[in-house]
Amino acid sequence: MKHLIPEFAVLRSRFPAGFESSLVLPCLRRIQEERGHVADEDIDGLVAYLGVPRIQIEEVLSFYTEFRRTPIGRFHIAACRNVSCSLRGSEEIVAHLCTALGIEPGQTTPDGRITLSTVECLASCGTAPVVTVNGAYHEDMTAAKIDALLATLA
Amino acid sequence: MPNARLLMTFPVTATSHTLAEYRARGGYGALEKALRQMTPQQVTAEVNASGIQGRGGAAFPMGRKWGVIHPNDGQPHYLCANADEGEPGTFKDRWILENAPHLLLESIVIAAYALEVRHAFVYIRGEFDLPYRRLAGALEEAYAAGYLGADILGTGFACDIVVYRGGGSYVCGEASALITSIEGKRGYPRNRPPRLTVRGLYQRPTVVNNVETLSNIAWIVDHGGDAFSKVGTPKNPGTRLISISGHINKPGVYEIEAGYPWARFIYEDCGGMQNRLGLKGVIPGGISTKVLTGAEIESLHFDSQEMEAAGSSLGSGGTIAIADGTCMVRLLQVMLRFYHHESCGQCTPCREGMGWLHRIIDRIVDGQGRSEDIERLYSISRLNDGTTICGMGDAAGYATSGILNKFRGEFEYYIEHKRSQFDGRLACPKSS
Repeated sequence: MKHLIPEFAVLRSRFPAGFESSLVLPCLRRIQEERGHVADEDIDGLVAYLGVPRIQIEEVLSFYTEFRRTPIGRFHIAACRNVSCSLRGSEEIVAHLCTALGIEPGQTTPDGRITLSTVECLASCGTAPVVTVNGAYHEDMTAAKIDALLATLA
Repeated sequence: MPNARLLMTFPVTATSHTLAEYRARGGYGALEKALRQMTPQQVTAEVNASGIQGRGGAAFPMGRKWGVIHPNDGQPHYLCANADEGEPGTFKDRWILENAPHLLLESIVIAAYALEVRHAFVYIRGEFDLPYRRLAGALEEAYAAGYLGADILGTGFACDIVVYRGGGSYVCGEASALITSIEGKRGYPRNRPPRLTVRGLYQRPTVVNNVETLSNIAWIVDHGGDAFSKVGTPKNPGTRLISISGHINKPGVYEIEAGYPWARFIYEDCGGMQNRLGLKGVIPGGISTKVLTGAEIESLHFDSQEMEAAGSSLGSGGTIAIADGTCMVRLLQVMLRFYHHESCGQCTPCREGMGWLHRIIDRIVDGQGRSEDIERLYSISRLNDGTTICGMGDAAGYATSGILNKFRGEFEYYIEHKRSQFDGRLACPKSS
């Protein structure tokens, strides 16, 4: 993560003095954007840079669902399974994804291309069902739209 | 009846969110007025006069929250806009963030002026991609135009805003968890007292207001708190952004003046139910508010007191319409899986209780339900009530007892016959 330190310094300058602890989440997010997950050496680097206890970083990583300690597929498909999406057919969407990809939620295709997850409400209830691909929202999904979307993930 | 518009006052286009268009709509005029013509005390007085209540779910009067902040007390004050919109069914703040981010920024700067805040934060949920990019873009525009920074509009007033992204956690929408998250830690809610307005972010006095609540400030400063208080009903001043989803023909975000009839909203504004089905029930304000039957909601209005008398609440404005033929047992299963997943684990009744509720509903759905399970769901719901640091345990209890109260027969049927009365359907049934 050393090459990110100039970026972290810019982040730091935006916070009031004494807010170093606050940088844990934004720094981890930036690290994960680069590497796809947060590795041991990233934690070592962040402990040294921010001066926060290692346990604080470990706690944050294990608490928030978006952080990952291990690599995933190049494309991360996350399908909402909460109330409004369920009422609009998300169970069918998830089943269709599982069949099309030959994996269950929480798994990655053998070629390392796609990881499938189910997630809770993404505030896209009016355009349900929703899936995200690497964070980008794809709304009002149907099985046909899923097929078209999967075809673009090469 | 007329339906006033205070926030959704313009047609949404691909460029509605830009500074140029916001200015063309009169944007940042309220900030000019506040900084050049009003004292911080006068701004606070207008907010007090408006009577505005929080739009995040708890409906706490904004003026009373602000009133705890003492001017000139020799310590920094912080302001946090809660953009961690995560209550299932709620997507109204997203509308503001995507289409009117400058309205939020302008309102934050005005609030910061009133509250003697030098550093304000917007805590935005980590999954919000476009809303974050729109807000971050607007922030850059606002700095470049002199609406933020060390000398705003040449008046000498200084304010910086940091946009802080969450990491995926429902409980961080709770104000004290949100603050703890901004401190770079797990989003654990905190015990009160002390209130956050006494000891909040880094132990300093902190105001946390919902995005929609804050976004009304520009209008209040423009037109006066008195004018605001005359919109809606005396006890429910202003409008509410209602996000409606589920088995409804025209889901989306609507601005509704307090006092508006629900029946007209659902059947006229929202085009009624999919496939012309009957309205089985409505979850009025996010899944943590108690479900009402279609017959109940049809006679009610958008009025906190009326909703409360009916045993529910307008909550966060996240309305979910449910059609006849939907399986309420499986719907509760979806909810309880969610609450179980999101319990932060600090308090034993919630950490254990959410797991119990989830396992019991799973076993009912698997055809393994026992005759005592309905009473057990009730008793665990009560166990959570008021015994936890934050309201999440209570919320799961409201959701559970709400559905059991109205649709108990479906649960009895499921347990007795080991199958759903409605084929386990959640997606909209076809019309018969």
